[in-house]
Amino acid sequence: MNAAREVPAVPVPPALELRGIEKWFGNVHANTDVSCKIERGTIHGIIGENGAGKSTLMSIVYGYYQADAGEILINGEPADIRGPEVAIAHGIGMVHQHFMLVNTFTVLENVILGVEDDFVLTRSLEKARTELNRLEREYSLEVDPDALIEDLPVGLQQRVEILKALYRGAEILILDEPTSVLTPQEVDQLFRILRALRDQGNTIILITHKLREIMALTDHVTIMRQGAVVGHVETAETSREQLAEMMVGRSVLLRVEKKKAEPGAAVLEVENLHVRDGLNVRRVNGVSFQVREGEILGIAGVAGNGQSELLEALAGIRAVESGRILLRGEDLTRPGAVRTPKSMRQLGLAHVPEERLKMGLVESFLASESGILGHHHEEKYTGRILTRGRAILDDVARQMKAFDVRPPDPSLLTSKFSGGNQQKIVLVREIDPNPDILLVGQPTRGVDIGAIEFIHRRLIEMRDEGKAILLVSVELDEILSLSDRILVMFNGEIVGELPQASATETQLGLMMAGERLPAEAAK
Amino acid sequence: MKQLFVAAVAALGLTLAAQASAQDFSPAIVFDMGGKFDKSFNEAAFNGAERFTSETGIAYREFEITSSAQREQALRNMARRGATVVVAMGFAQATAVEKVAKEFPDVKFTIIDAVVDLPNVQSVVFKEHEGSFLVGMAAAMASKTGKVGFVGGMDIPLIRNFAAGYVEGAKFVNPDITVYQNMTGTTPAAWNNPGKGNELARSQFDRGADVVYAAAGGTGIGVYQAAKDSGKLAIGVDSNQNYLHPGTMLTSMIKRVDVAVFNAFATAKDGTWKGGTQVLGLAEDGVGYSIDEHNRSLITADMEKRLEAARADIISGKITVTGYSN
Amino acid sequence: MNQSARREDIPGWLTHIVVPGFNLLLAFVLSGILIAVIGENPFRALSLLIKGAFIYGDSLGFTLYYTTNFMFTGLAVSIAFHCGLFNIGGEGQAYVSGLGVALVGLYLGHLPVLIVIPLGIMAAALFGGIWGVIPGYLQAKRGSHVVITTIMFNFIAAALMTYLLVEVLIKPGQQSPESREFAPNIWLPYAHDVMNWFGINMLSTPLNLSFIFAIIVSVLTWGLIWHTRWGYEMRTVGQNPTAAVYAGISTSRNIILAMFLSGAVAGGVGINEIMGIHHRLLLDFTSGFGFVGIAVALMGRNHPFGIFLAALLFGVLFQGGTELSFDMPKVNRDMVVVIQGLVILFSGAMESVFRPHIIRLFVRTRTAIAAPAE
Repeated sequence: MNAAREVPAVPVPPALELRGIEKWFGNVHANTDVSCKIERGTIHGIIGENGAGKSTLMSIVYGYYQADAGEILINGEPADIRGPEVAIAHGIGMVHQHFMLVNTFTVLENVILGVEDDFVLTRSLEKARTELNRLEREYSLEVDPDALIEDLPVGLQQRVEILKALYRGAEILILDEPTSVLTPQEVDQLFRILRALRDQGNTIILITHKLREIMALTDHVTIMRQGAVVGHVETAETSREQLAEMMVGRSVLLRVEKKKAEPGAAVLEVENLHVRDGLNVRRVNGVSFQVREGEILGIAGVAGNGQSELLEALAGIRAVESGRILLRGEDLTRPGAVRTPKSMRQLGLAHVPEERLKMGLVESFLASESGILGHHHEEKYTGRILTRGRAILDDVARQMKAFDVRPPDPSLLTSKFSGGNQQKIVLVREIDPNPDILLVGQPTRGVDIGAIEFIHRRLIEMRDEGKAILLVSVELDEILSLSDRILVMFNGEIVGELPQASATETQLGLMMAGERLPAEAAK
Repeated sequence: MKQLFVAAVAALGLTLAAQASAQDFSPAIVFDMGGKFDKSFNEAAFNGAERFTSETGIAYREFEITSSAQREQALRNMARRGATVVVAMGFAQATAVEKVAKEFPDVKFTIIDAVVDLPNVQSVVFKEHEGSFLVGMAAAMASKTGKVGFVGGMDIPLIRNFAAGYVEGAKFVNPDITVYQNMTGTTPAAWNNPGKGNELARSQFDRGADVVYAAAGGTGIGVYQAAKDSGKLAIGVDSNQNYLHPGTMLTSMIKRVDVAVFNAFATAKDGTWKGGTQVLGLAEDGVGYSIDEHNRSLITADMEKRLEAARADIISGKITVTGYSN
Repeated sequence: MNQSARREDIPGWLTHIVVPGFNLLLAFVLSGILIAVIGENPFRALSLLIKGAFIYGDSLGFTLYYTTNFMFTGLAVSIAFHCGLFNIGGEGQAYVSGLGVALVGLYLGHLPVLIVIPLGIMAAALFGGIWGVIPGYLQAKRGSHVVITTIMFNFIAAALMTYLLVEVLIKPGQQSPESREFAPNIWLPYAHDVMNWFGINMLSTPLNLSFIFAIIVSVLTWGLIWHTRWGYEMRTVGQNPTAAVYAGISTSRNIILAMFLSGAVAGGVGINEIMGIHHRLLLDFTSGFGFVGIAVALMGRNHPFGIFLAALLFGVLFQGGTELSFDMPKVNRDMVVVIQGLVILFSGAMESVFRPHIIRLFVRTRTAIAAPAE
């Protein structure tokens, strides 16, 4: 595909060039001497782990932040980008991870929002409609201009964001983690669109931490680590392993080694479970499954299809509307049964929540305090009145050491640890009491590659020790490499089950979009 | 003894004391929480003190307290810095005056609106109910609807005394009269809430009242405005407030706090200051009602005749105004 | 350039001493300019303020007396704050606590000192606590926002106390709405009395044993918040309610507990004022101390030691300000309030305005010093 592109004979200045960009946030050096050239008419990937400074860099290019030092050149001309409006005037467009759309407006209204060029709105709209039609035809970006945003699937909403940028005359398009909310099929469509845009001479900058996307889409890659650029490579001349090594700073194993599962008795059984969320909307709709000793049951699905509510109901956090939850055959949903987070823990159920910062720990606490959350009332941590400070510090230090948390200092603030280390703090806290069943939500979201490897290995070890593990993840790679069986959730329902051996990404992707599994494939 | 200065302190205080003794007569005044610009009680005192300064050229020390504990502190500070006479404004200072006056037997204290029984304390109290009786009569005589109103400030015995005298006076003229009574509030903020005063007055007008008497400090401003806006009548308090809205201010119940303060300073200066209690009523001209060019047209000759007659009767004891007692 | 050196943490003295010190300095500089504008000498004003707060004979006693009140109200605000609640009701809780003291003082005042004083303290804490726990309950069970309800409860407290003082508890035959004086058994000893026992002469000030009590309460609060399970649970609820639910911590129970404790500690003002100084119940004895407590807690970063320092600072401002307006008639009490307001503005509300600049300056300076060495 890359070969189809013509290489210009005359050297032209790069579409965007950064020279020595520096950015400080308080005492955090977010960007250190970042320089990079992005050639016109290419797809340029910027890859790095969370916190590597990719988003900060692009925010500087788009004018949200001003660099403390350094220069930005657009088409070889220095540009002083003091705000997003200046960036837009220079032909830079940005598609954010979280869309900036007004849900109750139509596509057309969203596209012209802020750039209505006539006092009379209807005249602006008519002009915009013509222009929008042209853009849609040119880049095969079909969207109904009169549809309401809230009625569109996520993939189409993203297209509206791209159209918005193009409508404002963008020639350099920045996409920040564009695939995190998409199904595999939607990702394919997005990639087609981006390639079309590139082939028409536009420049695309793709920010991501997913190696697969970089390999599939980009022409050049800039790798960032700890705020600095650690290398520029041609995509054609590199490999996933090499990129991973540059991102992490050491060689990493991308594939988990595991032996075949030897499942035992069912530990957790769920029967026809219905759960409503805080707004009283039913999010889990008649779900049934079992988790057995010595297996990892994966639940795949696009975020927001009821997985969170399912996990919370199982952990005793959320009320059950109807249906049964059985732990080792005991019905925990029968009238009069106690089903609180505390009682579930006492029954040997541990829960690593999906969002560690929202639920799993308290950022403003010391690591030693976050490290006893949920277990703080246990006798080893507290006496009748006073807490056992020394014992807490020692025990959390021991746990941190066991999971190689860096730095292994329990007296640091939780917020001072990187995402991966925070996740390890949560994980070790939940695994250390040796639970029989572990609920894990998004165990590697925002976790660096090195830590992912470690966390995956620990989960496999637990499985091999005969524990039952329920894994909820939106990362297909993770589901595929860890699970022994895979359930797919869509719209609160289980749309099918696949054994790991026969599951493919395409098949899972179709199911994640709501397609039910044909009856024969289920066997 | 408590008031013994430790040596170091005495040394520090020396310069202050020296300054004080250079000017042999040093008057002082401690205002209460309302502050000296409350358009009412404290401001009347301030005017009296200013008059003393302008007539004699002698400056006075002053302090406005902001918390309960400062009452004692302020009085003691004044005494310690060589004040000859200290005027304490308001009944709330009674306890503090009692305590500090014992510590400084050579300093003269005058307290307004409360009684403290000590040889070096002069207590000045007013018969607000007598003055209120007369303006109550005026209200009843001016009313065409047979309904009059009263807006008080903070709901405390002092203000109830105003109200009681007012009701007695109104009923003296018209035994069937209806008197609406409202207090503005229960916190000191009630002394300075013209917005609420305005609302209360309006609601009384809506119920048929056509004369309203405000004994509410700064809150009264709103009451007088409401009367002007509705074309009804209002009665001022403490100072002569007739000038505020000529034509709709029926009269003002005057309480001569300014005179009391001026007299305390002046008598202390010429040596005629005496301890004990002074009760200032109609007979002493401590309270009264005002007639000036601003309300001349509102008080008919007949009304004035009846008011003067009642005044004489109260002074002579033919009429007894009971007021409020708890 | 050495990256690890640059990433090094900012030292504690910078954020805990230099930044607040700078803010305070700025507040004083602005106050000085204001004082100069109204035609007084700002340096003389500053010297009067300091002398008035520490040096004149009875000034330290007064300063510490104010400090006592601010410690109680500041700690009260901080306890609620640790549980994520903004208790604006310290004023009302302190006011009602006085009623508790008064009931003990008026009806049980004849009991022996060793019984009646603990009883009075408990009554103050109980009454203040009840006045805090009602908004706490409404927040926990009914979702009525505690900021709104505590403000409303301040007004209810004022109305209730006025009613009781005017109609019920007033000493018969007087104008002033005050109760009769309590029997001396419930009077807390004054600091000057205590000093006299040791033969030391001290001018009479309102400073009394409540100050020691405030220090004890500070230590207890510190222990509660950071060294008990209940403090841990309250802080979890305050910092991350979702994590609290996840951990099996009841948010409503902790909200109710925190509001009770908050109100009970605010009741310290009732102990200081009613048991310690006035020995009778009187109108509006709280004089806004409850509201100042909010600023004290914010400035003290909700830590008992910080609250002590902030309370001391406000004590200095109140007492020094009083002396200042005695000696400088142009600096009237409104001017003193403006100065206090500037301190609150710069140390509380605008605290984070200069912090990043100071830290950046520090980092740059350090880098500049470190650079030639490499």
